[in-house]
Amino acid sequence: MLDIALWISIALFAASLMLNVFRLAIGPDLPDRILAVDTMYVNSIALIVLFGIQLNSKAYFEAALLIAMLGFVSTVAVCKYLLRGDIIE
Amino acid sequence: MPTWFYPVLEGVIAFFLVAGGIFAFIGSLGLTHLKDFYMRLHGPSKTTTLGVGCVLMASMIYFRATTGHFSFQEMLITIFLFITAPATAHLLSKAALHQKLVADIRTRNVPDQLETASEPDEANAQQTESRLP
Repeated sequence: MLDIALWISIALFAASLMLNVFRLAIGPDLPDRILAVDTMYVNSIALIVLFGIQLNSKAYFEAALLIAMLGFVSTVAVCKYLLRGDIIE
Repeated sequence: MPTWFYPVLEGVIAFFLVAGGIFAFIGSLGLTHLKDFYMRLHGPSKTTTLGVGCVLMASMIYFRATTGHFSFQEMLITIFLFITAPATAHLLSKAALHQKLVADIRTRNVPDQLETASEPDEANAQQTESRLP
């Protein structure tokens, strides 16, 4: 049961990643693309955690934590660039 | 732990995994299919956080059941995502309002005084007037 649920979850997250790539490609404005990249890194965190469950190892959670922190910082930096025209004033 | 408890735990983990996948898929579907940016912001910023939270909860229960001791990293990721997702959505909406992205007719509560205050333009004011229901 756990194997089937794991595969269903991996398939759903991969499909949502494909939808985010679609929005990243066609997004009419810049905030749409930033939102697509933001959603992509959140989904990739979930994929890494699912990969860790499948391999039965806890070595991948540091990577997930690192992606969460750096993704937040990069999104904030790009938003500040759009708002102010400069990141560090 | 008694041995009859493991199938129950497996069912709980499977439920959390499938629920997280469905939540994330619905959020990305909203990101793809909704009409303007202010609608599109709702889908991922609420639903994807819930989906990843469900997956991290399943991972926490799984590693608690297999290794026998509590792991703190999933809790850390969950707390971090729950703190940063509203901040990201707020900054993105501020950037979108700054860029004056076009809102759909069905988007309600368009801040007309903010747009007319930054740009006192009659055509722009009439556009925002006609946009309101």
